[in-house]
Formats: sequence, C-alpha cells, structure tokens
Amino acid sequence: MARELLKGNEAVAEAAIRAGLQAYFGYPITPQTELLEWMAKRMPELGRAFVQAESELGAINMVYGAACTGVRVMTSSSSPGVSLMTEGMSYIAGTEVPIVLVDVMRGGPGLGNIQPSQADYNQMVHGGGHGDYHSIVLAPSSVQESIDLTVLSFDLAERYRSLVVLLSDGTIGQMMEPAEMPPMRPVTAPGTGVVPEWAVTGAVGRPRRYLSSIYLDPVDEEIENLHLLTRWQEISAKEVRYKEYFLDDSDFVVIGFGSAGRVALSAVRAARAEGLRVGLLRPVTLAPFPSDLLAGLANHVQGMLVVEMNSGQMLEDVRLATAGKTPVEFYGRLGGMVPFPDEILAEIRRLAKGPLTINGNPRDRWLKRITTANYPAIYSAN
Amino acid sequence: MLTAQSQVVYERPVTLTGIPTHYCPGCTHGVAHRLVAEVLDEMGVRDHTIGVASVGCAVFAYHYFNFDFVQAPHGRAPAMATGVKRVLPDRIVFTYQGDGDLASIGMAEIVHAAARGENITVIFINNANYGMTGGQMAPTSLPGQITTSSPLGRDVELMGFPIRTSEMLSQLDGAGYIARRSLHNPKNIRMAKKALRIAFETQQRGLGFSMVELLSICPTNWGMTPQQSLVWLEEKMLPYYPVGDYKVSPAVAEIKP
Repeated sequence: MARELLKGNEAVAEAAIRAGLQAYFGYPITPQTELLEWMAKRMPELGRAFVQAESELGAINMVYGAACTGVRVMTSSSSPGVSLMTEGMSYIAGTEVPIVLVDVMRGGPGLGNIQPSQADYNQMVHGGGHGDYHSIVLAPSSVQESIDLTVLSFDLAERYRSLVVLLSDGTIGQMMEPAEMPPMRPVTAPGTGVVPEWAVTGAVGRPRRYLSSIYLDPVDEEIENLHLLTRWQEISAKEVRYKEYFLDDSDFVVIGFGSAGRVALSAVRAARAEGLRVGLLRPVTLAPFPSDLLAGLANHVQGMLVVEMNSGQMLEDVRLATAGKTPVEFYGRLGGMVPFPDEILAEIRRLAKGPLTINGNPRDRWLKRITTANYPAIYSAN
Repeated sequence: MLTAQSQVVYERPVTLTGIPTHYCPGCTHGVAHRLVAEVLDEMGVRDHTIGVASVGCAVFAYHYFNFDFVQAPHGRAPAMATGVKRVLPDRIVFTYQGDGDLASIGMAEIVHAAARGENITVIFINNANYGMTGGQMAPTSLPGQITTSSPLGRDVELMGFPIRTSEMLSQLDGAGYIARRSLHNPKNIRMAKKALRIAFETQQRGLGFSMVELLSICPTNWGMTPQQSLVWLEEKMLPYYPVGDYKVSPAVAEIKP
C-alpha cells in the first residue's frame, strides 16, 4: 500500500478499523474530534457499531459492554474527557476485558487549553482509576507510528486481556505526514467465528458466564489482585519497546517520549553536528517502562537529560530506574507549550559542559531556570 | 415423587439458578427476579439473553439468573447494555437497576438510552431509598420520608422533590414502552408480569427502548415488617407513583401477550 498524506487522528481511526475494530463509542473533544468523525463516517458504511455517547462516562461504559462480547472495541478522548473515563478504566481492568483507549493529550489541569501536552503521563501510567492495576501505555511520535501502535494496541489488549492506552497528543493527532496504512483485516460477525472463551454472548449450548469486577471476600480480591500483578510482571518482561538513537557511543543520553522525544531528536542531531557525543532514548512503551535499559545506561554515561511537555512526570521513573548512579537533569514546557529544538540543544550543551551533580532535585533546578529566564516579569532571579 | 394424583403446578423457572438469594426477608427483589425469569422462559430466549447487573442490592443478580451477565458501574448499566446490544443486536439485553442507580447517578445514561431508542429493556426497581448502603434518601424518596440521610423527613425545600421517572422518560420519542407496575399484591404482581412480557417483546420486535418500573418494598431499611411495608407502598407510594402505561407506541400497542 502506498504512502498517503494522513492526519494523525484520522490515521489512528482508519488503522483501528483495519485492525478489526467492530465497535467505537466516543464523545467530541478537541484535539481528538477528527477521530470520532472518521469513525462516524466509516463504521456504519462497514456495518460496524458507532455511537456518539452522551458523555465520556457513557462512551467508556459502552466500550466496556461491547468488550465483554469479545470483539475489538475502542474509544478516544482528550485529557478532561479521559478523566471522566477513569471510572470505567478501573472496572475494565478489574474485569480483564481488552479495550483500546486513545488519549490525545492537551494542556491542563482543568479545562486547560487545546494545545499539545504530555501532562497526563502520571494519570495514564501510574493512575487513572482506583485500585491496583496497570494499563499498557504506548506513546507514538509520528503519524506512521500512531498507525503501527494502534494495530499493536489491539494485539496486546487481546493477548493480555488488558486495557491499552495509546497516549498521543495534540501535535501528533493534528499533524499531517506521509504514512502507510496496513491492509484491511477480515472480521467475522460478532458472536460468530472465534469467540474468546471468557466472552459473554448468550449461553447458547454452554453454561452461563458472567463478567464482573466485584469480589466481596477480600481473600478472593487479593487473589485477583495478585493475578493482575503476575500478569503485569509478564507484560513487563516481554513487551518493553523503545527507540534508541546514537546510544552506542554516547556520553550523554536525552530521554523523551512522543512529540517531545521527536523534537529532542532534532536537538540531538544538532548536538552531534557540534561534536557532542549525545544520544536519544525514546520510550515507546511508557508502561511497561524501559527501566532495565536505563539502569544499564546509568552505569556508563556521564549524565542524562529528561525532556517532557509536563513538569517532570516521566522524570521520576527515570530517577527511580537510574537510582542516583548518574546525574539526571530535566527540561520541560508546560500548559500546552511545545519546546523548540534550540531550547533542548541549549540544555544538551549545558549537560555536556557540566558540572553535574546527583544531589538535589533536577526539577527544582529547572524550575528556577525556566521561571526566571522565560517569565522575568513574574519571577525575579532571586 | 409424583403420584397419579399429584401434578406440578408451580416450580422454579429454569431461568433461575436455584442459588439462595442474599435479599432480606420480605424484599420484593425475589418476586421481580422470578417474574423476569418466567417471562424469559415463556419466550424461550434464555440462552439468547444477556443481563446487565447494576450497583445496589441486585449487584449479584448474575448469581440468580441462569444466563449470561455483565455487571456495570453505578448508574452505567444502560451504557453498558448499549455496548452489548450494538455488537449483538439479535440478543435480548436488559438492565436491572434500582432507583438510586437509575434515577440519580445514572440519570444521563438512562435518559440518553431512551432518547436513542436503544433497543434494550430496563427493569427499574423503585423502593424509595438506597437499599444496599443502608436506607439513604433516594431521588424517589417521598416528601417527608424519613431515611438515614433525611432523618427529619425529606424536606422538599432543602432536598428537592421525588422524580417520576416513567413519566419523564415517556416524553422521549425513542421510548417504545414505558410502564409502572407495583409488587404489593397478587393482582399487581400479575399485572407486572404482563408488562414485563410486553417490554421484552418490544425489544424482540425491535420497537425501541422499553422500561418497566416496579414499585417495591424495602422492609429492612424502611424499619417495618414486610406486611407493614406492603401497606406503606399501597398507601404512600401508589398515590405519588400511579401504576399505568406511560408510553405505548402504536407498534407496541399491537403486542398481545
């Protein structure tokens, strides 16, 4: 299939359809809405289910119900809408039904704005709904990667009966790039063909089944929690994915995901042109996180720089993985601001120049720099 | 063992599992369960039915009904049922919800399911309080009704008025059949069963959203004996919540169970 000029959100929608999506439920919110609109047009013409729900609460619970029948289902939203979905995410995790949720992140907190952001990292990677559970979280940095990870999301969701979050942002969702679509995967009518052994489809010729997330006896709930954790251990061992650039001979490593990782790559290339031995690690799976790789890198690099469009949420995972074995610095833009390559290049130069320390909190150092440098009228240098 | 002189005149519907329920003595959930089961048995659709349990005393309904079930978050059963039904349109899909679940936290979900004409059936148990959490004021609690969260009685100046859900939903074009029945005596129980049959047939014929509201008792949380509760339902609830058919679309009117 030839490469076409595709918009990120629409590419995700079409990729999901080609991956065998049988039901989509969503609610409009910028900068995600093109995805819903694509589904509104395409799903009915393919004879598949589409409902514009009354709210994100409605959408996630429609997805929950449809997922219980064992077909491929998806919803999408953006930050404030995803907050409303977190109730359903917890139930979906507790019931162990596979779904794919696309979060096209925007600035926050609150209503925030509609500019790109990565401020929902903690919400999706470490939190979301209540209770002990983990979602698989994938972070694309291009339209092509959005397509590829969408297809992968469904495979992972089914393999592990897991919630998979495609954590995109307003940049990736709104930009247009040449990309190639996968072929259309054939689908069978729901309830026919291969139906998962846990799916609820009507008890024709078999004993009844039910899907629930309630375990009144704490012993049963502990066993269920241990089962979820054991499965997460397996996912963590098998499904870590990342992209690395110039790491073989690097003294310094920049770490960034999604669109921040993409901008950081431009900065790393510019730094290389200046003769600086710096590489880039771009985690593709934010959960599971490439902690072991980072722990190994920490043994022989001179320093690391974490770049995010938030106030250092992944930074904490990097610090945990590297355990003080190498200095870690941070650079972030917030509230819908996207860093320019030059900003990151300046941080790489600062990193290479030193001196570096493992003491203190890198977020504190960055906060002092960015407030006084960018907003001197509000923050004095003292 | 049957003798020549004896015959079976009454037995458990095959659509009930036989697992003893956890409901309090005198509670009408058991009656409602049985009526649903009898109707599904008579329609011969047990193995094509998927129930959606809600949050409340009936959260474990899936233990008692002998067919496939899912269990929804509080108030979200109509949305979950929508997801199931849109994927499996040839199945009978119903929710079983209480008044707190349906008319308070889940009001958006039920209104929009009805507005979409979602081809599902809703069994709505109205017992004028939150049963599972111990008898708090519900959106259906009557003016002056004493509950654990309206200890001096529901003061409508401060706590607002009860919601007549059937009347409200009957205004929506997507609703095919909306009826209120009561479970306080045999005559009304028989009427309730007929309404349930019409509701499930509404769905089977693809005639849109159907709901039967069942006025029910909660002796434990009302602080009454079952017999007192039945009297209270008749004397207090029936005047505020009249039994009747609130929406019968022309196509549904053709159904003669």
